[in-house]
Amino acid sequence: MELDLFVRYGPALLSGFAVTILCWLVGSFGGLVLGFAIACLYRWGAAPFRWLISTYVEVIRGTPFMIQLFILYYGGPYIGLVLSPIQAGILSFVVYGSPYFSEIFRGGFNAVPTGQIEAARCVGLSEARILRRIILPQMLVPITAPLTNFFIILTKETAILSVVTVPELLYETQTMAAETFTFVEPFLVLSLFYWLMVIGTSWIGGRVEARVTRHLKRAN
Amino acid sequence: MNFSFEVIWQNLPYMLAAARWTLAISIAGMAISIVWGTFLCAARLSKDAFVWRIAALYISFFRGVPLLVQLLMFYYMLPYIGLDLPAILAAILAVGLCSAAYTAEILRGSIQSIPAGQTEAANALGIPAFSLWRRILVPQAIRIGLPSLVNELILLVKVSSLASVVGIGELTRVSQNITGQTYRPLEIFIAAAAIYFVINFVISRLGRLAERRMQVG
Repeated sequence: MELDLFVRYGPALLSGFAVTILCWLVGSFGGLVLGFAIACLYRWGAAPFRWLISTYVEVIRGTPFMIQLFILYYGGPYIGLVLSPIQAGILSFVVYGSPYFSEIFRGGFNAVPTGQIEAARCVGLSEARILRRIILPQMLVPITAPLTNFFIILTKETAILSVVTVPELLYETQTMAAETFTFVEPFLVLSLFYWLMVIGTSWIGGRVEARVTRHLKRAN
Repeated sequence: MNFSFEVIWQNLPYMLAAARWTLAISIAGMAISIVWGTFLCAARLSKDAFVWRIAALYISFFRGVPLLVQLLMFYYMLPYIGLDLPAILAAILAVGLCSAAYTAEILRGSIQSIPAGQTEAANALGIPAFSLWRRILVPQAIRIGLPSLVNELILLVKVSSLASVVGIGELTRVSQNITGQTYRPLEIFIAAAAIYFVINFVISRLGRLAERRMQVG
């Protein structure tokens, strides 16, 4: 293994890692927010909204990410949507993640017994307060683990952005491999970076879980 | 270059034949994922420190290492310890064992939201651990976690495309081959996406059906 390779390609790899982190964080938190909005609209919206949302969820969730990215990046200009690779990457990430997140949230909503919500309405709590005080604290218990799961899945999904020339980690790694005819070193670094992201995500997920399950711990 | 439906029409039989492999890998993988995932979840929630640490290690390994690497390990590294798996079996195992880690986490989250009083009541009544899981915890966990589980199964169908790297002629691989012959990537990949969509749509609708049947209150 040649260590001077890393000196030469270190900056490129680090900038690739930064782009990966950027697309991943912005894209997945965007998807999380959009997914929550969709789940709320599905729960409280009128019937036409529900059909629209169901179709959106089925279509986006049912088709591969790479195809969606291609359509957005290469098909977008036909309808006047010209995006830089990074913009296209982030936007497609938000769109791709949102139906998965919305389904996780929908499951969380359903996990709260309806009787509690009816009771809360009877004592005169507003819908916003019911969401904040009764639904959210309880729904976060079953959904934190699936949310962590999906954030982890999305870390690895960022690799696909390299096909539309987003200068992210895999793109830089492949450049390094192609220019130096090395295989082991670049991909070892690649795995290390992804592993760091996954470890970090599952650690944060664990902390969040400890926080949201506080009320379940018995004092004995 | 115009969009040509003829190219799709001519190649559809090959793609549908390939989709059978995708289906086979997905269905077998799902079975492993659900069954093994349930056991993993039980192990992860075990009070025995050794048992839950092993389960936690398993989960962090299978979630942390890219599936492609896992698949290559199953296919190229297991023969060194004398376990020569056929490609299809390696693909099914890799997909199923990896997905089980995610399934275990989903179920764990759901089980935590089941009131602890139920487990305590079952213990007080002397219900054995297996029955507690079989009759009380798992059915409720599946009901609560169903939308997330369907998410996971749909992702499983999509990652079955990785089986192409160990030489299985599943949908993505065959689509690439056809593209190589016809130079029509747009048409072929849209057709492939449509086939994936149909498979996933069926899974998603079955999930909704199961959700309605398990609804309480």
